[in-house]
This record gives sequence, C-alpha cells and structure tokens, in this order.
Amino acid sequence: MSLLEIRNLSVDFATASGKFRAVDGVDVTVDQGELLAIVGESGSGKSVSMLALMGLLPWTATVTADKLEFDGHDLRKISGRQRRRIIGKDISMIFQEPMSSLNPAFTIGWQIKESLRKHTNMSRSQRQDRAVELMQQVGIPAPEKRLQAYPHQLSGGMSQRAMIAMALANKPKLLIADEPTTALDVTIQAQILELLTGLQQETGMALVLITHDMGVVAETVQRVQVQYAGQRVELQEVDGLFENPHHPYTAALLAALPERAIEKRLPTIPGVVPGQFDRPQGCLFSPRCKFADARCIAERPTPAGRDLGYALCHYPLIDGQPTGKETAA
Amino acid sequence: MLSFLIRRLATFIPTFIGVTIIAFAFIRLLPGDPILLLAGERGVSPERYEQLRQQFGFDQPMWKQYLDYVAGIFQGDLGISFSTKRPVLDEFLTLFPATVELALCAIILATLIGIPAGVIAAVNRGKFFDQALMSSALVGYSMPIFWWALLLIIVFSGTLGWTPVSGRIGLQYFFDTPTGFMLIDSLLSGQSGAFRSAVSHLILPTVALATIPLAVIARQTRSAMLEVLGEDYVRTARAKGMSPMRVNGVHALRNALIPVITVIGLSVGTLLAGAILTETIFSWPGIGKWMVDSIFRRDYQVVQGGLLLIALVVMIVNLIVDVLYGLINPKIRKG
Amino acid sequence: MTDAASQTASTPNLRPPSRFKEFWSSFKENRGAVIGLFVFLAFLLIAAFAPLLAPYSFDAQDRSALLVPPFWQEGGSTKYLLGTDALGRDLLSRLIYGARFSFFIGLLVVTLASFCGVLIGVIAGFAPNWLDTLIMRLMDIILSFPSLLLALVLVAILGPSLINAMIAIAVVLQPHFVRLTRAAVLTEKSKDYVTAARVAGGRPLRIMFRTVLPNCLAPIIVQAALSFSTAILDTAALGFLGMGAQPPTPEWGTMLAEAREFILRAWWVVTFPGLCILITVLAINLMGDGLRDALDPKLKRS
Repeated sequence: MSLLEIRNLSVDFATASGKFRAVDGVDVTVDQGELLAIVGESGSGKSVSMLALMGLLPWTATVTADKLEFDGHDLRKISGRQRRRIIGKDISMIFQEPMSSLNPAFTIGWQIKESLRKHTNMSRSQRQDRAVELMQQVGIPAPEKRLQAYPHQLSGGMSQRAMIAMALANKPKLLIADEPTTALDVTIQAQILELLTGLQQETGMALVLITHDMGVVAETVQRVQVQYAGQRVELQEVDGLFENPHHPYTAALLAALPERAIEKRLPTIPGVVPGQFDRPQGCLFSPRCKFADARCIAERPTPAGRDLGYALCHYPLIDGQPTGKETAA
Repeated sequence: MLSFLIRRLATFIPTFIGVTIIAFAFIRLLPGDPILLLAGERGVSPERYEQLRQQFGFDQPMWKQYLDYVAGIFQGDLGISFSTKRPVLDEFLTLFPATVELALCAIILATLIGIPAGVIAAVNRGKFFDQALMSSALVGYSMPIFWWALLLIIVFSGTLGWTPVSGRIGLQYFFDTPTGFMLIDSLLSGQSGAFRSAVSHLILPTVALATIPLAVIARQTRSAMLEVLGEDYVRTARAKGMSPMRVNGVHALRNALIPVITVIGLSVGTLLAGAILTETIFSWPGIGKWMVDSIFRRDYQVVQGGLLLIALVVMIVNLIVDVLYGLINPKIRKG
Repeated sequence: MTDAASQTASTPNLRPPSRFKEFWSSFKENRGAVIGLFVFLAFLLIAAFAPLLAPYSFDAQDRSALLVPPFWQEGGSTKYLLGTDALGRDLLSRLIYGARFSFFIGLLVVTLASFCGVLIGVIAGFAPNWLDTLIMRLMDIILSFPSLLLALVLVAILGPSLINAMIAIAVVLQPHFVRLTRAAVLTEKSKDYVTAARVAGGRPLRIMFRTVLPNCLAPIIVQAALSFSTAILDTAALGFLGMGAQPPTPEWGTMLAEAREFILRAWWVVTFPGLCILITVLAINLMGDGLRDALDPKLKRS
C-alpha cells in the first residue's frame, strides 16, 4: 500500500476577480521510503498541492479530491485536531526561505523542542538530548551552543539545516521539501541536497522534493512527476524520463538544461505559464508547444498509459517524435 | 546591548538639559515681573522687593542664575509653593502615588482588553467581530475624554448611583497612607469597607483614562498581527501541528508584541505625567490636577518644578521602554 | 488585468488614470472613509451657513426658559429643539455656531503646524549633521512634555484665549510634522532622481521644495488630516479647562465647561456638545484612515 495517495486533487482560490484554479486534477502517489520529485515552473501548482495536503492553505482556498489518503488516514474527513496530530509528526515540511521560516523571537532549541513537546512524552532532559542529536544529524557544529542561538545569528544554509532538524524531530514517515535550496548559495545547495538524500536513506522516510531544477532531479531522485499549470503532465522513473521524455513540456525542460545543450544557444521555452485570465481552452501547454495543432488548441488531452509516462498529451513523444498524429488526422 | 544603552543615554542628557532650560525660561517668559510671580506677591514695598530679588538670585547674571537653578535641582530644591508653603518636590512626591495608582490601573485594563481584542480581530479579519471591534476602537480613539468622563458620571454615579463622583476614598475612612497607594493602604488599615470604597472610587477614573490607550493598543495589536500572520514562520508553526491558539497566541503574538510594547510604554509615560483631564474631572489628587490647580492659582514655582519633574518622569519611562524593547527584541539584544 | 495592460501598451497615446482618479477609486472602497467624508462635508456646510441654519443667535438669552429639556422630553418644547442652557440660550443654535469655531480651529492649527513643521523638517533633512541633530533634539525636548500639559503652560504664558490656545496646540503638534517630513526627505534624498537633479545643476532650494518635497507629501497629508481631529479635541480640552475660548463663545469644549455643574440635573447641556465633538473627530479620523490606506498603504498610525 502506498504511504500517500492523492487522486484528482484540485485547489481553487477565491480572488477579487473570480475563482482561480491553482491545482487541476493532480494525482500523487508516494510509497514508503521512496524519493519522488515534483518538477515544474513557478505557478505550476506544485507547492500548492503539498500545502493542501498539509492543510496550510489560507481560507480563500477550496480543496477537493477523490482521494486524499496518508498512512491509512483519510485527510478529507479528518478533524483539524486529528490532522494536527499527524502534521509535524508523520508528515513534516521544510520551505523555500529558511531565514524567514524560523521564528525570529525564539531560539533554535526552543523551536525544535516545541515540536518534541507537542508530539512526544519526552521529559525536558530527553528533549534536550534529542535536540542535540538532531543538530548533529544535520551537521551543525557545536550543537549545544547553536541551540541557544536566535535565527538571525545563523546563515541561510545553517537555518535550512535547523529547519531540517526540526522537521526530522519526530521521525516523520514523509518529508516534503518545498524548493529547499532555491534561496541558498550554489555551493550550499549541493550540501543541503546531499544531506536530505542521505537522511532519507538513513531514516527510511519517504521524501517529496519540490523543485524547478531538473539538474537537481537527475542526481537525486527515483521518480519524477512533472507539473504544468496545475496539472500533472508526466510521471516516470528518473532514467526513463531523461532518456525518453513523453510530454513535449518535459522534453523542452530537459533541452533547456545547460549540460544537455547541443546547440550553441541554450534553447528556451517561449511564453509563460498561463495565469488566471489566459487559460487556453484545450491543452494548457498548446500555446508554447512546438508540436501543437488544431486539436491541441481545441480539446483537452487525457493522460496516456503507464508506458507513456501518463503523459497528458494528444500526441505523446517517443524518442522526441510525436505519435498518433496520422490516426487523429 | 551595552553600546545600545550608552547611545540611548547619550541622547538622554542633552534632552534633560533642554528640559531644564525650558523650565528655567518659563518663569522669565511669563508676562509680568518674574520676581513677584515667583513669590506670588503683589504690590510689595521696595525693601521687600530687593529682598526677594536677592532670594531668587535675580541680581546675578543670567548664566549664573541658570547654573544655580540646575545645582538646586540636583539637591532636590525645586522651590516652594507659595500657596501651601511646602517644598515643590515634597508636594510632588505626596501626590505622585495617586497618579501612579490610577495610571497603572488604566494601562493594565487597556492592555488586558486591548491585546486580546486586537489578536481576535486580526485572526477574524474582515468578519463581523473584526469590523465591530475596530469601529468601537475608532470611536474610543476619537473620544473627547473630558466628555466621556462626564457621561460615565451621569450614568454610573447619577442615574445608577453605583459609584462615587470624586476623590479616592469615602470621607468616613481615615487612616495612614504609608505607601500612598490607596488600594494597598486601605487593606493595611484593616478598616472594614475601606478597600471596597477605594476600589469603587477608582473604577470610573480608570475606565475614562483607559479608553484611548485601549483603542490605540487594540488597533496597533491588530495591524501588527496582520503583518505577522503572513510571515513564513507562522506557516512553519502550523506545519509543526501547533493548534491555532498556539500559532496565533505564541508564535505570531510574540513577534507582534514588539511594536505593541513600545506603544504601551509610551502611553505609560503620558499617563504617569498626569492625566490632566481625568484627574480634574474626578477630583483625583494626583499631579495632573495639581498642575492645573497651580496654573489657576498662579503658583508658578509649582508649575515650573512640576513641568521639570513631569518631563523627567516621561523621559525615564521612555528610556526604560527602549531598554525593554531591546530585551524583547533578540535582534537588538545580541546583534 | 493582463488585457488592460496589453491594451495600454499597444495604444501609447491612451493616458493612465490621473493620480486623483486612482486615489479616489481606492478611497471609495473604504466604506467608513466615505461616510466620514460625507459627515465632514455636512459639518463644513453647517459651519459655512451657521447664521442661516441656526434658529436663534448664539448669545440670545431667554430668561423665561432656563435649562429647558429637549423637545421629546417632558417639559421640552419644539421652540428649543435641543433645549436651553442655564442662561436660557438655545442649545441647537450654539452647537451650530460651534461648528464654525471647530472648523476654524482645525484649519488654522493644522495650517500653522504643518507649514512650520514641514519647513523645519525639510531643512533638517537637508541640513548639515550638526543642525539636523540640533533640530531633532529640540523636537525631542518638546515631545518629552505631555502635549496637553505643554499647551496649558503655553497658554498660561500667553494668556487664556482661543487664539493663544490654537497657537499653543500648533506648537505642540508641529514636532510630529518635523519628524515625518525629515524621515520622508531622508528616504527620498538618496534616490536616483534627486541625484539626477543635482547633477543637472538644480539650485538647492529648488531641489528641496520642488524636486523632493512633492514626493514626501503622502504621509504629510495623512498626518495633517489626523492632526485636524487632534487640534479640535485638544482645543476643546483647553476650553473645557477654562484655558481656551472664553464664555460666551459657543465653542464646544467651553460649552461643556459651563455645563459641568449641571451634569446631574440637565443631561442635555453636557451630552450634545460632547457628541458634536465626538462625531466631528470620528468623521475626520475615518477619513484620515481612508486617506492613509489610499495614499500610502505602508504608512501605519502609531
């Protein structure tokens, strides 16, 4: 049985100018101990779907799903109190901006121990020991001293390590890392990623890594889910995805990687992710897709089969070439 | 923290000097002969005039007069009230506890209601409770206090007859006041009913005086909370599974309090400086009423001394507030 | 949204909405502010047409009708709608004339305080360090006295009258303008357009008042609106203490002072003047809040 199973998740935001659908029928499945990456540009709804799972969206958001199950709990029916027993214990999350994600008014130690006090019956001294242990685990030197530090005294990388320590405090079954390295220096990024994957193997937890960086994905994860404009457009094992992307968007993303560039100029994807007012009628990627035809503009595609990476495309690519065009035409 | 303290003290001293200059200049700016104004006498004989002139040092050059005045301040010599013939400092010290008692009660009331109200309003932003609360806060903020106090008297003393109109305690009670705080002294006296009487005298002035700080604190708390609630660390706290109570009341409020404490501190300064209107209306024997009475009595030594002492109280309170601000704001404390 | 933007881009001669229009559209979103504005306009009209609106003169006494209650209460008559005071003067007429005083008080005090305050503030912002420090220390000193007390003492020096009360309150209010203006000037001064004006050889005075000052106006306007209500409140308070307008001036605070001894006998002589003060001040504060949100969302009232 999967640890996390989400079917047909949609999230709508009530805005001054009407409803805005940030997540549109997304499926996510995570197995125990698995490492899944969710990839997409900004605005592709990858963070929102995970925040919906955590129950962290503002009240303007409406969440609907056919299935939203974690470790046997149906998160749609659960009360707020029951959810808070799972959140921060079995599922925890770290965020993009480590510096602002730690509360400036409390020490690092206080914030880690607060989580322990909420979810365990540890005594004061046990909590202190566990906090020190966690700080060591995430590679923070002089843990006793750092526990007494305030967030503004730590660097960005240190803050993210502290955030990870806090997230690991209750030995979660699932850790969601929402662009954990985006705000950090390039040299620190690799360290944090290494730390996360190392900890994942060490503790056997599942890890969902949200990122917009395909390069990160190649080195670290097992399965990749590509999202575009609130929809899942492809899901594959990482090797297959890099060798043979089935959705034109994935292909375009991969082509834009510097290390894979074959031409002199780095290819880019023209245009931007559609916003609230310019959502196309048919396939959401059609305005930017180089293979798009009249059918793509008019009709919404349905996901392809497993062997085609569930590609959300009328003409899934095989070896870079669209298929099925002849039959459709 | 130490350098912060030193920097803060460095601004304290020039301000203090400025205040002494203003107090010193005050008596000399008044229309009329300052010597006679200080003595509170009129139509004196030339011999008496010369005697007074020497007594107040007006035969000296101006800078010498100022230095003597400042030297006097440091020896606690702020002149003598001509109407009571008592030293100004003594009078101040007798009356100050009454003001402190009233001001503290008012600020405690304002804080205890204002902060939770602001938090609840912010958490329920845009809903009915928020709108009702913020409308009342704006009414409170716009309230002419002297009128509000009169209304309270009309309703609670006049119509309902629940509370006395003025003073600190019923006339039938008579006891020593070792602390100067009527609530404490009435308990110490052991006289039955004395404490009740003290409380009932205190209620209306406290409510009147607390109104504006209450409105300001509620508004400030709400806006600070709204700012803080959008912060990433609030989301982190929720991601840790903390209850809304704890997220709003500990994680958010602790950060929102930093600006609110400043506002509270500054209003303590103003309230301690004498709630002029409230004390006058309720005949509360504090320094605010003392100042107003002295101005009307033309007891200018009292006005001069009181002005200085009151400014000093405000400055010291503001200094303490700044230090406290440093203590609760870790960025200043260690940074 | 995006559509509108692309349209403007494609037709460059299409003007963006004027600054006033932009301001008005965000101001009218705030219901309270609009109500405040209408109440304030009504207050202005009453002040302007007081002699036409008031049924009696403000000092006309009717010895046969002392302390007559309002018309809906027993013993009241429609002759004196809101009743009469202890000298038999029509309360309604006095209140209507009182609007004039309050309006002029607000206008004069704010003009005086903001003019001096802004001038000193701009100078402090551009002055050499020592002068800036001197000015700011001076303002600190004024602010270390409670405002009402300082105003009282100033009136004691100048002698109790309405004009002196207004001057005293203007003096007490202007440090706020100085601080605000100086802070805004310091922020603006470091921006590129000011450097550009300097490089272009603009004269210092021109840079101070024509280049920089207009960009600092938003917080100053808000402060002026809010000071208007403070001025009315504080002048009324001085009048109440007997240190402002002197009887028989129908200034609302002074009327309250005269009525004080009747509080337990004739509620109306106390209630109505205060209510007028409250409504006026409330309307101005509502408007001020709306102004603040519309002009400068970042600006907070402390």
